[in-house]
Amino acid sequence: MVNAKGKTESSAISKKKRREQVWKRIMRDRVLYFILLIPIIYLIIFKYVPMAGNILAFRKFKVGGSMFGIKWEGFKYFQLFITDTYFWQVFINTLILSVLNLIFGFPIPIILALLLNEVKNKTGKRVVQTITYLPKFLSTVVVVSMLQTLLSPSTGAINMFLNKFGIDSIYFLNEISWFRPVYIISDIWQFMGWNSILYLTALTNVDPQLYEAAAIDGAGRWKQTLYVTIPGILPTIVITLILSTGSVLSVGFEKVLLLYTANTMEIADVISTYTYRMGIVNSQYSYTTAVGLFQGIINLIIITVVNQISRKTSETSLW
Amino acid sequence: MNGNKVRISTSYKFFQIINFIFLAIVCWICVYPFLNTLASSLSSNSYVLRGEVGIFPKGLNFEAYNRIIKDSDFYVGYKNTLVYTVAGTILSLFMTTATAYPLARKGLVGKKYIMLFFVFTMYFGGGMIPSFLLIKNLRLMNTIWAVTIPGCLSVYNMLIMRTFFSGIPESLTEAAKIDGIGDFSLLLRIILPLSKPILATMTLFYAVGYWNDWFSALIYMNDSKKHPVTLYLRGIVMGLTKQAMSGNISSTDAVDVAGKTVQGATVMLVTIPILCIYPFVQKYFVSGVMLGSVKE
Repeated sequence: MVNAKGKTESSAISKKKRREQVWKRIMRDRVLYFILLIPIIYLIIFKYVPMAGNILAFRKFKVGGSMFGIKWEGFKYFQLFITDTYFWQVFINTLILSVLNLIFGFPIPIILALLLNEVKNKTGKRVVQTITYLPKFLSTVVVVSMLQTLLSPSTGAINMFLNKFGIDSIYFLNEISWFRPVYIISDIWQFMGWNSILYLTALTNVDPQLYEAAAIDGAGRWKQTLYVTIPGILPTIVITLILSTGSVLSVGFEKVLLLYTANTMEIADVISTYTYRMGIVNSQYSYTTAVGLFQGIINLIIITVVNQISRKTSETSLW
Repeated sequence: MNGNKVRISTSYKFFQIINFIFLAIVCWICVYPFLNTLASSLSSNSYVLRGEVGIFPKGLNFEAYNRIIKDSDFYVGYKNTLVYTVAGTILSLFMTTATAYPLARKGLVGKKYIMLFFVFTMYFGGGMIPSFLLIKNLRLMNTIWAVTIPGCLSVYNMLIMRTFFSGIPESLTEAAKIDGIGDFSLLLRIILPLSKPILATMTLFYAVGYWNDWFSALIYMNDSKKHPVTLYLRGIVMGLTKQAMSGNISSTDAVDVAGKTVQGATVMLVTIPILCIYPFVQKYFVSGVMLGSVKE
């Protein structure tokens, strides 16, 4: 060290110093690391071990054996579902339900937030918020139960209303053409208020000076909304959109499982319900792990691609 | 300028009225199913049978509630739900705080990587079957842990909480540190007392999640004595569906109607606790604690 040239010596010292400083900071925060240890261990056991458990998609399962399987089977299980026409039907069902749900369900919370933002009466605004957020806190079982009551062909309020106009009762929950509308409309009902929260928060953060400037330039209310408000909340809209594309293939598992009937199954069955029946009910663990892995990877690819596109075009992205 | 203002305000006033009417309709649509369910649960069967019950009960009686409360399956389910919710919520609050508090600290060495470790689980995971097999292998089936542990840390909620912690002025924590208190007592004595809004919000989110959960009990609880009340309600819902499918519509009606008031009463009993807590917590998340989740 003493004989070394000045330059390397100083860089070695600074490196050593930096390392010491880092070590010092770690020691300073040792209690924090200790606290973090608990959730990290939890995460390893309950999230990362199942993630590794995806290996079962390539391995044979034996009852009473390891959750990671007992013998390599290569892509056998993937081939099984890829060549199964019923799987592709379920896949298409999932995509259609998910995309339709996004197309109809995504813009409504934005519109609701914009309209709420125009309500100047604070109490009125608060009341509307309280009421529209509420359905989000209901269990899916409760929502489906309410749907049964409202849509019942003999006693439901909606069919009673239709009957008044001489229209025959529709058995909404058992009619194949009504499955998607019922699913999507009840989803909008349940989540529109809640999903508007983020936009409302973003709206309050739009710089008021921009509105003043726009007003001076002669922009009316409508133009202010178009040129100030919407660009102001655009990043929030983009982020929410990216996030919702990340679960395209995992759509509505709980509600479909409660809603589908033998009559609607043909279009109602989605990947998650299929996985549930084949895996949990019929114990085909390797096969359904393969399906689940496929689903997870496609979700991951979609969200990554959408995120990249968004980063290039709007400079807003999740990561 | 002045004239301009007046012109805007007349057309704007018109918009305000339309807007008010529209939002009133939206609210009506949101509450109608609740009122309708409440009304049918309190009505007598014959009125429900004729589809005459709207938002006011007809032939007011408490028969349906009487019948459920006497059903031991319902009683056991309700008790289970309460226990799962309380235990799960405590566990979740502990886990979420234990993650958010260290990760909110400025200059924590390796924070970026630790964050990645947590956030990655939001986008990719083990899926239904490997998670199910894990619980089975750990011999947690039919225990309270099967329905509480797997979902006890929501990374999304953790991010919201972390942002809240980061927003606490450093001057407060620095002052405490000069007084020589450690990180652990800093959390307990300074940070948590300042975090009531976020703690209330998290309590509501987690508690509602556990209260409403039925799927993890469906796959992890074979023993019906351990079932939460949501599975009891699911039994009613599925029973109606099954009977509806086995016969034609007209044979359904009898079943449909006999169960209707009871079903309504069950729905109300499952929902009422949420309706009671919700208004007290609602003011916090309206005031913007959600913002933190947006950019992470």
